[in-house]
Amino acid sequence: MAEALPLVTPRRARPAVETLLRVVTYSATRLVALFLTVVVGVYLTILVANMGGYVDVIKRTEIREQVGISVSFDPAMQRLPAEERQKRIEELVKIEEERLGLDRPFLMRTVVYLREALRLRLGFAERMTSDTGSRLVRNIILDRLPPTLLLFVSAQLLLFFASVFAALALSRRYGSPLDRAVIALAPTSAPPAWFYGIFLILIFAALLRVLPFGGMVDAPPPEGALRYAASVLRHMVLPMTALFLTTIFLSVYSWRTFFLIFSSEDYVEVAKAKGLTSRAIERRYILRPTLPTIVTSFALSLIGAWTGAIVLETVFNWPGLGRALFQAIGLYDTPVIVGATIIYAYLLAVTVFVLDILYALIDPRVKVGLEGQR
Amino acid sequence: MSRFVAELRHYPSAVAGLSVIGLLVLTSVYAVVAIPYGEAIRLWRGGEALWLENPRNARPVWMTLFRPDLPRTIVVRSQGAPRRVEDLGGGVRQVTMTLAFDYPYHDFPDGLGVFLETEAVDRPPHVALLWHTPDGAEIRINEFTVRPREVYRLSDDPRLRQELGGPPEVVLLASPDAPDRVLRGRYQLLVRGYLFEQASTLEARLVVYGKAHGLAGTDHLRRDLTIPLLWGAPIAMAFGLLAAVGSTLSTLVIAAVGVWYGRWVDGAIQRITEVNLILPALPILIMIGTLYSRSIWVILGVVILLGIFGPGIKTYRALFLQVKEAPYVEAARAYGAGNLRTVFVYMIPRAIPVLIPQFVTLIPSFVFLEATLAVLGLGDPVLPTWGKVIEDAYSKGALFSGHYYWVLEPAVLLMLTGLGFTMLGFALDRIFNPRLREI
Repeated sequence: MAEALPLVTPRRARPAVETLLRVVTYSATRLVALFLTVVVGVYLTILVANMGGYVDVIKRTEIREQVGISVSFDPAMQRLPAEERQKRIEELVKIEEERLGLDRPFLMRTVVYLREALRLRLGFAERMTSDTGSRLVRNIILDRLPPTLLLFVSAQLLLFFASVFAALALSRRYGSPLDRAVIALAPTSAPPAWFYGIFLILIFAALLRVLPFGGMVDAPPPEGALRYAASVLRHMVLPMTALFLTTIFLSVYSWRTFFLIFSSEDYVEVAKAKGLTSRAIERRYILRPTLPTIVTSFALSLIGAWTGAIVLETVFNWPGLGRALFQAIGLYDTPVIVGATIIYAYLLAVTVFVLDILYALIDPRVKVGLEGQR
Repeated sequence: MSRFVAELRHYPSAVAGLSVIGLLVLTSVYAVVAIPYGEAIRLWRGGEALWLENPRNARPVWMTLFRPDLPRTIVVRSQGAPRRVEDLGGGVRQVTMTLAFDYPYHDFPDGLGVFLETEAVDRPPHVALLWHTPDGAEIRINEFTVRPREVYRLSDDPRLRQELGGPPEVVLLASPDAPDRVLRGRYQLLVRGYLFEQASTLEARLVVYGKAHGLAGTDHLRRDLTIPLLWGAPIAMAFGLLAAVGSTLSTLVIAAVGVWYGRWVDGAIQRITEVNLILPALPILIMIGTLYSRSIWVILGVVILLGIFGPGIKTYRALFLQVKEAPYVEAARAYGAGNLRTVFVYMIPRAIPVLIPQFVTLIPSFVFLEATLAVLGLGDPVLPTWGKVIEDAYSKGALFSGHYYWVLEPAVLLMLTGLGFTMLGFALDRIFNPRLREI
């Protein structure tokens, strides 16, 4: 950082370049810091997964099984006497274990796992396969990621804009019956989304039979891109409503309170006295200074959504990452569980990183200069 | 204190929340006292013999208020029923027991079962079953040799079903001219047993399974759902409370210590918090549940561990940074308060007003976390909890087959718990933080 600063011309003539440079250095430092954080996080995950030696046990049995199979198909081996064959098997197992590093001490092995995990070489699933039949954990996860992103990103975007604009509207006329209704409804955000999902399925799928119970498209999938999209949309209604219901009232309530605190600031009063329109006041004096906080909470809600997805996807049979994880639990498919956990860690880290960059772009304190922040 | 209570009464949501919590506490106390822990576990996990006489997937009894016609379970025992014993010679006795019952409902029962108990040394008795309808018809049902504890389910006998041309519990009770209507009246099951030994005994029990049972209905294994619904309350409360206490208190202490000592302690705490933010909590809990232990106490420990360096640290940190500079802390230092004393006696108590509302609002999130894990099939293997009932119901397709009570009962209880604590927490927030009250 320190060496980057002299490059900037001391004159204030080119503030854009200066700002850009600072944003880049800031982002670079944050990226390094976050990468280290991810390394630690993934390492902890591996430690948890491997603490009881489960991964090792699985690997050892796998090796033994494979050696056993290869020996039983080898006619040369079959002619050997039983104890000779047994000795040969043990030797082969030992070689294979050495090849995979199982003879090395535990700590060194976790480092190997860490390197593999960080490069997203997540190994082979034991029982699950991807839609194309691949057993690579990475392919399974890549298959399942798009549906998760589709559902959650659209739900979060909808939720975010709906709640911010509803909150702005409410803060304009606080104390009204509508405002009080929202305050009274705020505690409905205690239950998680899957919980509302169950009620929604009960009402709209089981009783009224107007929307599907779950899944992503009709079976068989309809022909034509448009009809396919329409079918997906129909399946998205209930899970999105569930996600919407579980946060909307609380977030409208907290945004409204937040905007109200800001709209009682002196400079807002001055703007009102100057006779500015309420739109202009909102845009320039309320939204502008609160933007960093708004973006932070949006990113944090995304973070919450990644992991909250597991049960919601299971309840709605949505073919996403969360349900893959759930299936993996049911099958005791450890590589998939560990792999999915690592992917979640990455997703969280990426979200935090994007948040940081956005922060650097909109927060004047970051723009003013890094040395000022220190 | 009394001022605080008086203020609390101004908030209807606080009153509502408190009454819900009060009800839950009463339920918990009642559950723990009326059905001791061991008994609850036995009734929930004890094995099929305990709930053989309950109907499968029966609706709760209170539903008879809306549908008065839901049949209840009828049990007729041979002890006390008319019994005739004839000696057929050659050491063979014929015992005829008449198990009679009145069937007053318009709806068919859920099933029919005959439970036979016998004692025999070498030659077990032989039994023939005859069905007498109110209009005087006699239907031969089956005859077989009795094992010591024989359970003959008429509804599950494929041969009988074929002979009658339909489900036995429907055909045997149907009116002869309108097969979809129940012929109401007095039915009799004749159990005719042939005993080949002098010392043999034979007792029979007819169970006409109803469609409503118990206060909460039954599940797919015929278990009475009252047990998990009652016992779910103390478990949910204990889990939520302990997890909330554990994570908020430790977070508070760590934030205070970090701010007070500053420098590398503070830095380390901040970095750990950032790592913790990236750790996916639910997948880690799932991993623990899959690989190590599903015991609720292990899960509780991990939940607290993951919660120690939670995002709350940032909030408390901002608060303590102000408190640290407050004159009264300086005064405490001046009279010679040590580091720990300053942290625990002067700094932490200042955060209590912020802590209490947060703490109360946190409880339901942990209650729901437990339910979430249970729904994923990672609930405690022994304990009867609300989440486990939802999981059972969901995995057995309760929503598809219309057993809505099965999902709704635990869900409503969870919802009430969540709402109760959150409403109280929100009200407390407004009381403790007057800045919110003005707006």
